[in-house]
Amino acid sequence: MSDMDRRKFLKIAGLGALLGISSWSMFEVVTKQHLEAFVEKYKTPPNAMHAKRWAIVIDLKKLDEKIMNDCIEACNRIHNVPQIPNPKEEVKWIWKEDFEHAFPGMEHQYMPEEIKEMPVLVLCNHCDSPACVRVCPTKATFKRKDGIVMMDMHRCIGCRFCMAACPFGARSFNWRDPRPFIKEENKEYPTRMRGVVEKCTLCCERLEVGLPPACVEVSNGAIMYGDLADPNSEIRKLLATRYSIRRKAELGTNPCVYYLL
Amino acid sequence: MLEYALKGSGRYWGWLAFLLILIGIGFITYLKQFHVGLGITGMSRDVSWGLYIGQFTFLVGVAASAVTVVLPYYLHNYKKYGRIAVIGEFLAIPSVLMCMLFIFVDLGQPIRVLNVLLHPTPNSVMFFDMIVLSGYLILNLLCGWVVLGVERKGSPPPKWIKPFLYLAIFWAPSIHIVTAFLYQGLPGRDYWLTAIMAAKFLSSAFASGPSLLVLLCLIIRKFTNFDPGKEAIQTLAKTAAYFLIATILFYLFEVFTAFYSNIPAHKAPIIYLFSGLDGFTKLTPVMKICATLVAIGAIILVTPPLRKWEVTLSIGAFATFISMWLEKGISLVVGGFIPNPFERVFEYWPTLPEALIALGVWSVGFFILTILYKIATTVKENVVFDKYGEKQIKT
Repeated sequence: MSDMDRRKFLKIAGLGALLGISSWSMFEVVTKQHLEAFVEKYKTPPNAMHAKRWAIVIDLKKLDEKIMNDCIEACNRIHNVPQIPNPKEEVKWIWKEDFEHAFPGMEHQYMPEEIKEMPVLVLCNHCDSPACVRVCPTKATFKRKDGIVMMDMHRCIGCRFCMAACPFGARSFNWRDPRPFIKEENKEYPTRMRGVVEKCTLCCERLEVGLPPACVEVSNGAIMYGDLADPNSEIRKLLATRYSIRRKAELGTNPCVYYLL
Repeated sequence: MLEYALKGSGRYWGWLAFLLILIGIGFITYLKQFHVGLGITGMSRDVSWGLYIGQFTFLVGVAASAVTVVLPYYLHNYKKYGRIAVIGEFLAIPSVLMCMLFIFVDLGQPIRVLNVLLHPTPNSVMFFDMIVLSGYLILNLLCGWVVLGVERKGSPPPKWIKPFLYLAIFWAPSIHIVTAFLYQGLPGRDYWLTAIMAAKFLSSAFASGPSLLVLLCLIIRKFTNFDPGKEAIQTLAKTAAYFLIATILFYLFEVFTAFYSNIPAHKAPIIYLFSGLDGFTKLTPVMKICATLVAIGAIILVTPPLRKWEVTLSIGAFATFISMWLEKGISLVVGGFIPNPFERVFEYWPTLPEALIALGVWSVGFFILTILYKIATTVKENVVFDKYGEKQIKT
């Protein structure tokens, strides 16, 4: 949690305490120790990783079937992503899509079939001007200062405006209770309930404790992450030296997942 | 005036009971949806809005169309609408309520609906839609009730109501423009991403709304002693005719832009709707019926003898209303999602539970409409003469 947020919290806590004066019992319950413990609990962990603008770079040359499956499997396992057999109700955070469907308009009929049908990994693009955030009526989806487009599953009313707005099909809705479809629940990460929208979070919970995103970790170097705002970051060097493309960049959402060719 | 709703014929009570049964069926089905989730509908990851949001969109138009009666009457002093201004206003009330209910039944987490107020988000069009719809509901309740109340007492409308009457006129188009903005500002949904959306929304609303009013006026005249007036009904039909033509033109403009520019993404949804895409053709029958009904409606409403003869008029009004409902209530929403962002086709068709819930919401609307019209027509029957001294009951 950043300084700003802590200040905001203290303000709200102070206001709450003021209100509490009117009901003495509440004032007794919230003591200074409680507040300090609360602040301590929400302090930024010491080894958290920071960036001005997180981004993902996927090297299509290094991707193979096994790496892709490992990435998907790791993401699903860590985030309790349900495996729903009915394609209508699928929940997907990161998945395989043919090149011609992931990059419509970039394919042509004389392209080698293996490129056209080459599976690539697709996920939320954590856009810099995300349409999903613009349309959300409750700020349940929002862009963090470090660029990650996040979800508050407890605030989402399930109106699915964000799904209509996202031009990348990156968002999934829980059409029914997803819990029976989770093979092995990871107790470290929350599960979701029916009626809310979810998507890739760029593993913000892992970045917070100094771990790379799950897909990056198991990708054997095919997926990289880093700070797009830092000209000396590894990903900036890659983008400066290799040719890269983005999905539907012409729509102006400024997607922050780059694909190296 | 509410007491007028408590006295009625057997037919009146039978109709209300019938609607209550449909409401009950819809409510029980909704409980199932509430419990299981929206998985009981035909919606999917790819077509994430369906019948509910379509009905919402269509009904915003019906609600807004009250302005086609209220504007000529209050701004241009078109006397023939004096009798039916309240009929228009009272149509807007259940329409807005149905809109709200359709949004509600579409929510994945309906108990959190107040989050929209708790976390007001002015950059979301949905937030503005909620504001304009609630405002419009209040305005029509106020104006309709006050104007009918003074008619009952035989006194002129109080001066303080005037600003609200004018405000309601300007407010009406806003609700439908904002609803169009829900769609037309989204990147990557090519069927919706067009500036003519708001204009087409208004024109189709002002075709379907007056058509429904024509039918409602004919029904009122048949089942009550109140006579809305032949000329008023004819003017409504003319309004519907002009706006139906405008709607057809606006749609053709869209087709021209897509096909003359030859941009595949713009053509794809239109091709899907009218002739199917990649072998998927679930919606083509809907569009064929829609196009046929548009043609029937346009021919009847535009041709004076056919419009004047009330048998053909009711067929034309019905055809217009249903065609606009098929276009806006079903194909507009679904067409926007097909093909999906990966240029793949996943089709949508409402399930039975979904249809029953929608029918339940429509029944709530007609239940309220019946009660409001019962009150309005009873007042008018009792008053006998309209504001201009003409007899407004059947002789």
